[in-house]
Amino acid sequence: MRIKKVRLGGISVPLISIFLGLVVGAIIMLLSGFNPLINYLNLFSGALGTPNAIGEVFRSATPLILTALGFSIANSAGFFNVGLSGQALAGWLASVWFALAFPHLPGFILLPGSIIMGALAGAFWSGIAGFLRAYFGTSEVITTIMLNYISLYGTNAIVKGVLTSSDADSTPLVPIQARLRTPFLEKLTGNSTFHWGIVISFFMVFVIWWLMKKTTLGFEIRSVGMNEDAARYAGMSTKKTIISSMLLSGALAGLGGAMEGLGNFQNIFVNTSLPDIGFDGMSVSLLATGNPIGIIFSALLFGILKIGGLNISISSNTPSEIVNIVIASVIFFVGANYIIQYLISKMKISHKSAKLISNSTKGGHK
Amino acid sequence: MKQEQTNHNYAIEMKNLTKKFGNFVANDRISMKIKSGEIHGLLGENGAGKTTLMNMLSGILKPSSGQILVNGKEVHLNSAKDATNLGIGMVHQHFMLVQNFTVLENIMLGIENTSLFGILNRQEAKRKIVNLSKKYGLKLDLNAKIEDVSVGMQQRVEIIKVLYRNADILIFDEPTAVLTPQEVDELLETLKLLASEGKAIILISHKLKELKAVANKTTIIRRGKVIDTVDMKNTSPEVLAEMMVGRKINFQRERKSVKTGKAVLKITNLKVINEQKIVKVHDLNLTIHAGEIVGLAGIDGNGQSELVKALTGLKPIENGKVLINDKDLTGASPRKITHNGVGHIPEDRQRFGLILQMNLVENASLQVYNQPPYSHGLFLEPKAMVKMTKEILSDYDVRYSDLSENVGALSGGNQQKLIIARELSRNPSLLIAVNPTRGLDVGAVEFIHSQILKAREMGNAILLISYELEEVQQLSDRIAVIHDGTIVGQAKNEDLTESEIGLLMAGEKLENKEEVIHAH
Amino acid sequence: MDLMTILSTVVSTTLIYSAPLIFTSIGGSFSEHSGIVNVGLEGIMVIGAFSSIVFSLFMSKTFGWITPWIGLFVGGIIGTLFSLIHAVATINWRTDHIISGTVLNLMAPALGIYLTKLIFDGKGQTGFISQPLASSKIPFLSKIPIIGKIFFENTSIVAYIGILVSIFSWWLLKYTRFGLRLRSVGEHPEAADSVGISVYFYRYCGVLISGFLGGIGGAIMAESITLNFSGTTIAGQGFMSLAAMIFGKWNPIGAMGAAVFFGFAQSLAIIGKYIPIIAKIPNYWFTIAPYLITIIVLVAFVGKSQAPAADGSTFVKSK
Repeated sequence: MRIKKVRLGGISVPLISIFLGLVVGAIIMLLSGFNPLINYLNLFSGALGTPNAIGEVFRSATPLILTALGFSIANSAGFFNVGLSGQALAGWLASVWFALAFPHLPGFILLPGSIIMGALAGAFWSGIAGFLRAYFGTSEVITTIMLNYISLYGTNAIVKGVLTSSDADSTPLVPIQARLRTPFLEKLTGNSTFHWGIVISFFMVFVIWWLMKKTTLGFEIRSVGMNEDAARYAGMSTKKTIISSMLLSGALAGLGGAMEGLGNFQNIFVNTSLPDIGFDGMSVSLLATGNPIGIIFSALLFGILKIGGLNISISSNTPSEIVNIVIASVIFFVGANYIIQYLISKMKISHKSAKLISNSTKGGHK
Repeated sequence: MKQEQTNHNYAIEMKNLTKKFGNFVANDRISMKIKSGEIHGLLGENGAGKTTLMNMLSGILKPSSGQILVNGKEVHLNSAKDATNLGIGMVHQHFMLVQNFTVLENIMLGIENTSLFGILNRQEAKRKIVNLSKKYGLKLDLNAKIEDVSVGMQQRVEIIKVLYRNADILIFDEPTAVLTPQEVDELLETLKLLASEGKAIILISHKLKELKAVANKTTIIRRGKVIDTVDMKNTSPEVLAEMMVGRKINFQRERKSVKTGKAVLKITNLKVINEQKIVKVHDLNLTIHAGEIVGLAGIDGNGQSELVKALTGLKPIENGKVLINDKDLTGASPRKITHNGVGHIPEDRQRFGLILQMNLVENASLQVYNQPPYSHGLFLEPKAMVKMTKEILSDYDVRYSDLSENVGALSGGNQQKLIIARELSRNPSLLIAVNPTRGLDVGAVEFIHSQILKAREMGNAILLISYELEEVQQLSDRIAVIHDGTIVGQAKNEDLTESEIGLLMAGEKLENKEEVIHAH
Repeated sequence: MDLMTILSTVVSTTLIYSAPLIFTSIGGSFSEHSGIVNVGLEGIMVIGAFSSIVFSLFMSKTFGWITPWIGLFVGGIIGTLFSLIHAVATINWRTDHIISGTVLNLMAPALGIYLTKLIFDGKGQTGFISQPLASSKIPFLSKIPIIGKIFFENTSIVAYIGILVSIFSWWLLKYTRFGLRLRSVGEHPEAADSVGISVYFYRYCGVLISGFLGGIGGAIMAESITLNFSGTTIAGQGFMSLAAMIFGKWNPIGAMGAAVFFGFAQSLAIIGKYIPIIAKIPNYWFTIAPYLITIIVLVAFVGKSQAPAADGSTFVKSK
């Protein structure tokens, strides 16, 4: 028997995975001589203790929600979009570029325009992979990985060569009217980098949920993802579906990048490696088993881990990378959901038989 | 050796073998005994538990309880290797061959001759295989890759593979399913030869004729239980069939006379190539009229799949024309073809016909979800879908527990009925049915055949493609034979004998029949 | 620079930059021939680089000039252990191969930097090693006129070893019992199982070999190019090796050839400015070239059918 795709479902696997991931982190901290309980307490207090921290958590979750939605929509259509980071970078670049190019446009045009440019750039970048997969059957895993690096080095070249005058490593900040951060929000959250992008993220969650459940396009995407042959047989255009799902996926990743460009950093600079929001978004989506509502919670958890992780290394010698180890372990267990489900079913059976035994002994007493 | 044989009577013996999967009892206390030199049939319907039983004998599955005795001694088989070491070999129904390995590599795989450092010694293996191949008259091309050799040769490879491992007990699992009648005859001769050499042979089949031809004894199983073991000399096929199914069955299909009407499907000079640019269908001409079933007989892989895909819009057409109800649908999209009155029961229902992880409603709506009343614009209308699904499922007797259950949870028969319900409820003027009853039990087969015949009586045209010649003969008004991508002959069903069809399937010419096979 | 110097510089930088890719891509082809897709090569290289640098920093006094060579071996061993995660997840626990490989890629830098900070008092990168894997000349061969100077003087011995390993690997896969069986479980695990071959055993072999060679590849990167370990020591070389393997159609020699080609593209990015004809081409084109070429090659030349038939699927033995 061969198994190709394992579908995820239910909430118990993600919860158990989070728990096991934290256990792995604790074991590693114990082995390296740190106190895991105190560190975890510091982590959560660091992430949730002050309005500023909470603002940072939401800010950090904002792009993750979008990239995770992007991963999940492609995954529903049966594509493994590993290119989220490159697409996000393209969106980041395009949004900042547009904002810098038209500094005199009024905010109600410049801000939406920049955001849309981000989405379009992301869509274009993933569209290449979608097109190659649809028309040449080229594996999207490889093409998106390659496109990631082209995006990284290409963006850096544009930042240095086009967007800055003297080969500088970062651009000026985008015009005020193109920024998602506002004094109001900064005041609200104790000068955090929290920005309006969270509204866009939540809105997109609703849009994607509606699209997948209630529309013919969603039906087509799910059908193609579960069984491409049967979808073709039923008269669906798999090429069209593949390309539209990849375009949507990249657009969402590009939006995620725009959140960094217009919200978090308000500019773009030379990156030494691909932005984390890509692979983190993939992890967020895997943890949420692709469910749009689940993605909100999962992204907030990642936000808590990332922001709280900084506090670990402030209040102790524990390197903050422990958080990334925990995240990797969580995804490991999500991926190994078969073994978790197997163990749950085993426990249920032994629980049942234990009940039976205790029932029969009760009967014996009577 | 001789002395050893007198010590015990049976080469292999099963005592109360039971296999459970969870709560499901696949084999229930099965006992069988087979002597050396005997061909022992194992007869049962699809799903009766034949393959499970044989997988226990070949070490692939472990019995839940019961004993296996080889040459009188109890054995415990923990792996395929154990079975091989005890001289048990199995020729699988789905060949266990690595496609891009050579014939030689496939035969030696697992018991390779090697010299120092594990370097393969192909020459020594070759010598032994050539000897075996001569001894049993099984022709092989040792250096060809499996993907390039015929199905018949692949089966010979499987047989040599077993003999190469010095098997004395040979299990053949439905070995004739993919062969032409002539190849079947050759295989049966080989089986007799092997038996005369003192091998014990178990022949799993649901084809009564073959068992009657070669088996000394036959054990009949039904729903995992042994019904009886009979001597083949004094048992009629009818009795065997009744034991297999548990009731009297009628293998004759009643074809009411229907007046054929105008041509519904007209294919002219069709040419189709595959992904590797190899021509799979060429110069193919075929016409099917309203109220007519045309059965396409042929060996798997002679262009049937490509023909169907070209007709249904799943594969581009290189050349030629396809007219359906006088409308040119050459190279049209699957959706357009469906909307022009074509129903399609696909070859592989789980791969093409259904989306197993989706529920019944979604599967029933697969082709119509984008048109009113099932959707308006972008928006789906689930209520209309549910209503339609309920209706067609009850019309076609599909058994299910809940509309929201995944189709993967249905039995094979009910899955196929769902497809039939979906396709026939649209009352297509052309129905293309490919292996519509593959792997189903006799009850489901009867139901599906009756539905196909009903569609014919309603004046629809039907193209029936089946690798089971028997099915083609039972249902068709006209039989066309496909070989190497083109139709090599066609005639009224009653004008062709089985052996004539077999010769055509193998690409031979029929003497003295030129007028008949082209008279249409 | 005169032609001779340019040629020998191009050849030696090409070899230096291709050596990590050669080993890693051969590793990838073992894994995939056994049926396990390994996108975790990047992570394996990170772990290999980390462990070999740590070894070199602590042991160079003890072992002297031979330290980097032992360091490569250490990288290989730790890479093997790390790949065990992928093996268990994909072979026994039915994890999607891409997800599991991604976990390796997430885990390796996190673990590498965590441990670096732990060992080196909170610093995010290590110091530089004192005994790098330096370029050297190959005895006898370097004496050949012209060719000797271009190919064998001041060159990367480890790259030549990689080329030999690729030929050996090709031979191993094609002409030995081990190779035949390894390929059989990647092509048709059920058939292999039916003739008594342990699918699990050979798949473990495939993944662990990829861990060993990938670990060595990462170690070479660190011991001969970056000379320390940090978060950017391995920046896409694992993915590039994966691409080289596909470019080479899953054949170890083909993978090696593709790796040398990628190394060549990278070397142009470094020495391009000394070569008159291409000096004007901006550097980033050479940086992007390997990735762009991979996509073009994939689209134009490599069909879907080349991968082992059961690659990426999980085999479940019936009980």
